[in-house]
This record gives sequence, structure tokens and C-alpha cells, in this order.
Amino acid sequence: MSAAPDTLERQDQLQGIGCSRKRKEDPRFIQGKGLYVDDVKLPGMLFGAVVRSPFAHAKVISINKEKALALPGVHAVITAADLKPLGLHWMPTLAGDTQAVLADEKVCFQQQEVAMVVADDRYIAADGAELVEVEYLQLPALVDPHKAMDDDAPIIREDLVGKDEAGQGKRTHNNHIFTWDVGDKEATDRAFDEAAITVSEKILNPRVHPSPLETCGCVASFDKVKGDLTIYITSQAPHIVRTVVTLLSGIPESKVRVISPDIGGGFGNKVGIYPGYVCAIVSSIVLGRPVKWIENRIDNLSTTAFARDYHGTGELAADKNGVIKALRFHALADHGAFNAHAQPTKWPAGLFSICTGSYDIPVAYARVDGVYTNKAPGGVAYRCSFRVTEAVYLIERMIDVLAQKLDIDKAEIRRRNFIKAEQFPYQSALGWEYDSGNYLPALEKVLEACDYEGLRKEQADKRARGELMGIGLCTFTEIVGAGPSKACDVLGVGMFDSCEIRVHPTGSAIARMGTITQGQGHQTTYAQIIASELGLSSDDIQIEEGDTDTAPYGLGTYGSRSTPVGGAATAMAARALRAKAQKIAAHLLEVSPEDVEWDVDRFHVKGNPEAVKTMKEVAWAAYNNVPEGMEMGLETVNYYDPPNFTYPFGIYLCVVDIDRHTGETTVRRFYALDDCGTRINPMIIEGQIHGGLNEAFAVAMGQLISFDEDGNLQGNTLMDYFIPTFVETPHWETDFTVTPSPHHPLGAKGVAESPHVGGIPCFSNAIVDAFAHKGVTHIDMPHTAYNLWKTIHELGLDT
Amino acid sequence: MIPPAFEYHAPGSIDDAVALLSQYGDEAKILAGGHSLLPMMKLRFAEPEHLVDINNIDSLKGISEENGTIVIGAMTSENELIASSLLQEKCPLLPEAARQIADPQVRNRGTIGGDIAHGDPGNDHPALMLALDARFTLVGANGSREVAAQDFFLGTFYTALEADEILTEIRIAAQPAGTGASYQKLKRKTGDYATAAAAAVITMAGDTCQSVRISLTNLGATALRATAAETVLTGQKITEDLINQAAAKAMEICDPSEDLRGDAEYKTQMGGEMTRRAIREAVQRAGGN
Ligand SMILES: Cc1cc2nc3c(=O)[nH]c(=O)nc-3n(C[C@H](O)[C@H](O)[C@H](O)COP(=O)(O)OP(=O)(O)OC[C@H]3O[C@@H](n4cnc5c(N)ncnc54)[C@H](O)[C@@H]3O)c2cc1C
Repeated sequence: MSAAPDTLERQDQLQGIGCSRKRKEDPRFIQGKGLYVDDVKLPGMLFGAVVRSPFAHAKVISINKEKALALPGVHAVITAADLKPLGLHWMPTLAGDTQAVLADEKVCFQQQEVAMVVADDRYIAADGAELVEVEYLQLPALVDPHKAMDDDAPIIREDLVGKDEAGQGKRTHNNHIFTWDVGDKEATDRAFDEAAITVSEKILNPRVHPSPLETCGCVASFDKVKGDLTIYITSQAPHIVRTVVTLLSGIPESKVRVISPDIGGGFGNKVGIYPGYVCAIVSSIVLGRPVKWIENRIDNLSTTAFARDYHGTGELAADKNGVIKALRFHALADHGAFNAHAQPTKWPAGLFSICTGSYDIPVAYARVDGVYTNKAPGGVAYRCSFRVTEAVYLIERMIDVLAQKLDIDKAEIRRRNFIKAEQFPYQSALGWEYDSGNYLPALEKVLEACDYEGLRKEQADKRARGELMGIGLCTFTEIVGAGPSKACDVLGVGMFDSCEIRVHPTGSAIARMGTITQGQGHQTTYAQIIASELGLSSDDIQIEEGDTDTAPYGLGTYGSRSTPVGGAATAMAARALRAKAQKIAAHLLEVSPEDVEWDVDRFHVKGNPEAVKTMKEVAWAAYNNVPEGMEMGLETVNYYDPPNFTYPFGIYLCVVDIDRHTGETTVRRFYALDDCGTRINPMIIEGQIHGGLNEAFAVAMGQLISFDEDGNLQGNTLMDYFIPTFVETPHWETDFTVTPSPHHPLGAKGVAESPHVGGIPCFSNAIVDAFAHKGVTHIDMPHTAYNLWKTIHELGLDT
Repeated sequence: MIPPAFEYHAPGSIDDAVALLSQYGDEAKILAGGHSLLPMMKLRFAEPEHLVDINNIDSLKGISEENGTIVIGAMTSENELIASSLLQEKCPLLPEAARQIADPQVRNRGTIGGDIAHGDPGNDHPALMLALDARFTLVGANGSREVAAQDFFLGTFYTALEADEILTEIRIAAQPAGTGASYQKLKRKTGDYATAAAAAVITMAGDTCQSVRISLTNLGATALRATAAETVLTGQKITEDLINQAAAKAMEICDPSEDLRGDAEYKTQMGGEMTRRAIREAVQRAGGN
């Protein structure tokens, strides 16, 4: 039965779920009216500049502040010695380790924070930083993680010597952080011993940096009279910042206010707590004046976290038909000098165990060893759930390796191994319950849309002519929406999220969440959810996030958790209000609540569509005429603890042509089919997919944070670090299927990270495929022209 | 990313600018588009005490033709080169190459004079100037002199300019009929300097190469003129084999330093490949095959 035209019209007016309405945040952004942290200017504000180490590993012999302090306009120079009496020279990390706020007797990575100069403005602060004299005694640097556990490896963390634990279980060497493993090792080993075919490949996810447009920074303002502290900060998790600040400073959490204003991209870079923030906060507390600290690009690329640096070994065991019998993955994880891995606290390798991917693999075993090196700390989830990119990269590369070994087509081998639609909910060998999925029809849709057969024929012709053309496939499953509090917490706080909705008497509403948008369009998407659930126009629904004084507690935005968790809280809060509204409507219509029916934006009496109370009328009544015994008002808050993660999936296909003289790659075609369940704003989804594919392209084709043998960072500006512009960016074709999540109130799954997670292996698979006929089974990223030329040159294809 | 303090001057005439340069000597730097100088100052690699901004000197701007010679004011921006119909008609190599420099924002401020005067082997104009056989007018306290591009680039960040001299204009002689030119630049991305680039300016008489100038960007301490490669082609019928021989000669003079763009071997190979491509295209544009 189709809905009445009047119903459809009223639905359209709401601009709710399913509507590609324009983003509510864009008018202010495109007019330059956003408010970012660096736009915050408070009376009497000072500016902090960080003095950084030129060496990757050195003892700090002495720090002389005199000349800096003598510079007019300099108010303070803070070093570890100043923080020590406050117990703030070290701070806890999200991963159970501790990190030096300012170098305490030694520096462990190049550009490490050694001192902060606080001055009247940023020019004086920069001059002052130059005047701080630090004497170093250089130590041998440990750069290669494969050598971290050698007997004669330099000890990086003197503070941990003699400790057999660094917050993540037992460690066996001074540079060892943890060993984490999952799965049935014995059964897996047995399956490998018995298998007809096994393949193995060393596969690197190189060190990269999320590099958001806006770097990190904060303005800390301590009011000495009231004793309260306000922090404007580039944070993807403002409530966590508030809790950590309280734990560190002892200031009651009620007197700490953290505000994440507009954020210019996060991508995981803005989850952690960085020394610059702590120094600005301490300076403000000591000086009683607001202190601003803003990173420059070099600081950002060099110090505030990194992503990946997983040195993997992938192994698959299969029968002669390419049906996978077992998986064994290992990764050596380079965590830098401090374990500041961004993760749910108890997951040292994040959600790496999603590495069985979209395939029905009976037994598996995965192990990750974390080590210290003389590099910046981090290990953030760069546009992905924790370590999911690394996991997906391994399985999606390995299935291609297996296909090549058996000479089975790369689409066909996937067909043979997919988890079948009827197997959901599916229990993976490494312990996950995949909530839903339907991979095969999606694959066939993409193959047909791209004329896969035709592409393979063209490739054969080109190969015969000596040209390099590659076709990449990636059929990935993600795990997002952390997460069920029984499994996930951050420093003991469960990973729920929240929404508070207040409907005003005249029928507009404000809602606040514990998440925080950084470009994802929350102000639009959440408003659309509420619009559909409450029957109020999304135009009239204000969404506010990021101010801990007003927003309910939440764990923030990363790991594609906003729609799966925050969006669920929003739907649940709206539903609670609708239930109350139903009672009020029944009261106004003088019937019992069971006798009224919801109809888009109103209630009517069952069987009598003329007896109507719109949600707006109900809102008014909520403030003057409610049933006896009911509280007035129409507001509520929901804290949503998800029963499971969500498992979005995608089928991507990429076609590349490689210039055999220069090594340059042209991405001729990229087709991305995503299934994120229910689609709330298709236009925003498409935008997120474009953005994620751009970042996948960046990682696969160019991004790299590399070091020389002394631990000097190579190329820490955007001249070298690859951020594709629209000139480099390929054309993206998008498509979708819809397999709703059975446990999410709306069936939605989160989407913005899928294109990054799935895009990276898709590019690599295309690149390797271009050389497959020459026996090449793997090439590490980034696939720059220079790197590919080396492969071409070695194979003698450039002559 | 914050430069130390400096004194800022904005003279309105060449004479005033030269006077300031004479007064402050090594402590002064000319500020043109600022897109090479300011990044160095922000990184504190360059710390001039005086900046002499020459943007207010109108006589340094513009593109004109004097008796067949093209005259380009040093303060002409890359975008103005790109937009110039005179250049498109008489010297299309320059707008074509300027389009490959940096990005639109940089091209909006960056000047041809600054690009040349900076003496950076990574800059594109030096090789273009060699290929076009350009002459530079330098004005200083002792008056004006003209220097050929060939004699101008002395080393990395080191040119024939004296501390008190300003590069005022670039002069490029008219090209004979049957001339074709090409600039082939390999770069990692928009806004990047060349991994390797080659310029070729070839005058053909029928199938025969009458004269040719070939130069290379970012493959040595300065822009390089590949004279041995030119010799291979001059007076010859251009064949693919000959082009390969010329490219091999060009590669012989390459002495690039390794960086993230590639090692010396890759860059040299790319120098050869860019040379091949530039010759092929220049010949084709000259009306040959
Ligand atoms: C992101 C980026 C990418 C770039 N990519 C490229 C590229 O691909 N190719 C390329 O060629 N360049 C590139 N550049 C450099 C750019 O083209 C500069 O604009 C140019 O090198 C310098 O010109 P300018 O007018 O900006 O000079 P400035 O930076 O102002 O000056 C440069 C130097 O020349 C001196 N100088 C300037 N004008 C004169 C004059 N008339 N007489 C005497 N001395 C003078 C100055 O004192 C200074 O030492 C890039 C720059 C950036 C920021």
C-alpha cells in the first residue's frame, strides 16, 4: 500500500532520514564564519611555543632559560623540572603507558617537547624558544623496529628498566611493550601443516600521519578567583579530556570545562592528549592568564601522533580450489617512544582481530608485538576503527596472493570464500559476531557495472604489448561503532554515547551529544534522525556538541562511532520523547494512549484521522497541559550502550595504468560500492566516501613518515608529505546496497571510514596486479612513481 | 614557522631600491613574490634584517615587444605569463612551463624575476632561460648591465647578481620560423618542484635540425645546459635513435642529489626520459616529425 500524497508531502517537509538535504553547517564554513581554536582570543591571553629536541635520542645535560627569560615579553619558561613538583612531568596515555610531558633527563624522539616558552604573543614566544639553551649528549638511535629487541639494542625507556609490564601485560625486553594474541594457535598450526596450499607474504603498513587541515592546539584559561579551568581544544573526545585533566590536576571535574569548537578535521589525530595541551594548561594555572598553544605543520607531522607502522606477516592455508582453511597473521607494531596508542584501553592491538575479513575462515590465529623505537609516540586510528585498516590490508592483500599462487581469478577466489548471507549473524574464528552482511550480490553488481570481464581482456591485450595495467579488487568488512561497554572502555569509562533532546514549547528543539563533529556533518545527520523520529522539521532542530558544560557525557567521535552509537542514542532519546508525547496527545484527544497512532508528524485517534494533535501542538501542551501525575516539559537524555559493533562492508574496484618509463600511476577508474545499512543523508554519505577515498589514495600512493638511520624525520612539510589536491584526485564512482544492522535502532552502521579502510588495499591490489604476470606478489606502499620505477627497473620493463 | 624581526622597506622606484640595497648590503634582501624567500625566513634559514619590497615599482612589471625582442619585467607574476597573449603567440614555452610551476596561489604572487634571481636549481625558469637564450638586465649602484642566462647561474643559490643589484628585465630574442619548444616536467604532485625536467627549443628546416637548445632542471647544482646532447642533434635528421643518443648525453651531465623524490639513478634516468619527451614534442611542434 502506498502512502497518501499528503503523508509523503509531510514526510518531505521534515527533511528527515533518507533526505539529501544540504548541510546545516556549511553556510558558516563557506563564509569563513566558523570558530576554530585558533580563532579564540581571550583578554590577557599569552602564547606558548615549544622548544623541541633536534635529536632522536639524547641525554639532556642542562637547560639554560636565562636568555629566554631576559627577552622582554617572555613570562615563563617551563621545563620538566618545573612540572615535577606538581607531578605533571609525566602523564598517562590512553594505552596504559606514561609519556613525558617535557623531556625528563632524556629525549626519545626528534622534535620531542623539551620546554615551553610563554610570552605576550607568538612572535616573542618563537624568539624566546630560540634563546633556550639545551645541552644534549647524543645517544645511538633505534629506528628499525625489527632490531628493537636485539640484545644490544639501545634502551629507550630508562624509566621502565626492571619493569616487566608497561600497562599491557608482560614484556620480555627493555624495548618490548606487549604481546597480544587471539585465536586457536594449535588448531591453526595444524591446519597449516595439513593444508594443500600455503602462502606467506611480508606486508608493511608504513608510518603515516592523518594530517588534518587544522593542526592541534588549545587555549587554556584558569580563573584563579573561581578556581575553574576552561579549555578550548582540538579534541575528538572533549569529555575524556575533562576526565583526564581532573585526574591529572585534581581540579574537580565540575570546575573543568572543555570546549571543542569547530574542528578542521581529526582523522584520529585529535583523540590523544598531547604535551602541548598539558603545558598550556599548567602555564595558565601558574600564571593565572589564558595561554594559547597552536602547532605548526612541522610540529603536527613530527610529534602529535602517527598512524600504522605495522610490519606484518600474512599467511593463508587453503585447498587446491582456493578455499581458505586457516589464517595466521603477525604484526610487529612500532609504537614509537611512548605507547600512546589510541585504543579502547584493554585492546593493545585495537580491533586487529577483524583480520579474517569477509571470508568464512574456520581457524585463525593473530599476534601483535609492540615495541619502542626512537620515534614520535602514537598509533592513532587514521580514519578507521582501531587497527582495522592494518587488518583489512593484510587479508585483502593475502587473498590476492593466494589467488595468484593458484592462478584463480581474483573475483572468483572471493566468491569461493565469502561468508554467505544465510550465515549471519556470523561468528568469526577470532571472536566477533558479524551482525549482518550480504557480500556476493554486491560483488556481482560491481563486476557488472565495471565490465570486469572486459577489463581482464583489455589487460591481456595490454600485457601483450608490454603495457602495465592493473585491476584491483577489495571486498572488505569493517568493524565500527565502539563499543559495547562490556568489551570497550577508555580509562575505565564505558564506550557508550549520549544524546539529550529538549523540545521547546513552540515545537523546535535543541539536542546535544557526547560526540563531536569534525567535518562529518553531525549537525545535519542528527537533526535528520530527530526530524523523522519526532516529526519536526530538521531545519528547526539545533545540534550542539563539544561543550562539556552543556553536552551529556560521551566518548567522542572516532572509529565511525557517531552514527552507530551517538545516532542510536539520538533515536532512543527521540523515541522516549515520542512515547511521552503520545500520552500527552491522548490526553488532549481524550482517549487512552493505546488509541492514538503516530503519523509522520502527528498523532491521530485510531480509525479517526480527523482527530489529530501535531507534535507541535503536543510540545506546547507539554508546558501547560499534561496528564495528571506527569512531569511537565519535553526533554530527555539517553546513554546508549550498544549491544554489538556494526559491520559495514564494501566492494571496491580500481583500474590503474602505470607509465613504465617514469613509474607514474594513473587511476583510470575507481568504483566504490558501500553498504552502511540505513542511509540517513545520502549526500553526506557520498561526501564522506569521496573524502575517505581521497585519504586512501593519499596513503596508498604517497604518504610516508620516514626516518634516516639517526632517527631524523624526513620530509615533515606538505612539500614532501602527500596531500592530494583535486589535480591528483581520481574521479570516484559510488554505489550502494542496503543491509541494515539488526541491532541498531535505525539499522545504520557508520560509513566515513570504510572508503579509507577499503580503498587502501584496493589501490595496492591494482598496483600489484599490474605486475602479477611478472611474478610479483606484493609491493609495499607508498606506490610513488619513484618506488614503482624501482620495481619496473628491476624487472627490466623500462627499456 | 615565525621569522625573526626585520625592518620592512617599500621603495617606489628602482633608484630608491638600489639605494636601500647599497645602504644595507648583505643585511638586505629583495622581496618579490616572497614564495621562496618567506618560507626560508619562516624556517629561519634566512634571517635578513631588512626587506626591500619591490612590489610598488611599476616599471618592473609587464610584458612587451621591442623590435622583435620580448621584454618581461622581473616583477611579472607567473599567472601574468600564463595569461599573456603575446607570449602565447611568440614564446609559448613560457606560459606552458609557468603552468607547471607550483600551484595557482603561488603563481599569483611568484615572479619570473624572483624565480630566476633565487638561484635555486629546483626552480623552472633558470632552465627555461637557458633554453631560450635569454639575457638579463641588472641594475645596481654602478648602473645597468646585461648578462646572458648562460653566464648568470653560478651555483646553488648563487648567481651573478651583486648585493646591490636588481634584476629588472628579461629579454628573449625572437625565434626563427620553424621553431618548436617543449618543457617536460616530472613532479610528484601539484605544487612540487621537478623530480627532473627538460626544456628543448628546436628550429627545424624540413626534417633537419638546424639548431637546438636543451636544458635541465633540478639535476645538478644549477640548471644545466646539455650542449653535448645538442651536438648530437644539430644538423641531423631527427630519428628515435638519435633522440636516445641525445638523452644519453643529457644524462651524462646530471649530478642530482638524493632526496625524497628519488635517488641519483632515478633522477638521472628521468632526466633522460624528460629530455626524450621534450625533444619529440619540440620537433613535432616545429613542424618536423
Ligand atoms: C609550494 C611552492 C611550490 C613551488 N614550486 C615551484 C616550482 O615548481 N617551480 C619553480 O620554479 N618554483 C616553485 N616555487 C617557487 C616560486 O616559484 C617562487 O615564487 C620563486 O622561486 C621566487 O619568486 P618570488 O617572486 O616569489 O621571489 P621571492 O621569494 O620574493 O625572492 C626570491 C629570491 O630572489 C631575490 N629576488 C627576487 N626578485 C629579485 C629581483 N628582481 N632582483 C634581484 N633579486 C631578486 C630575493 O631577494 C630572494 O632572495 C614554489 C614555491 C612554493 C611556495
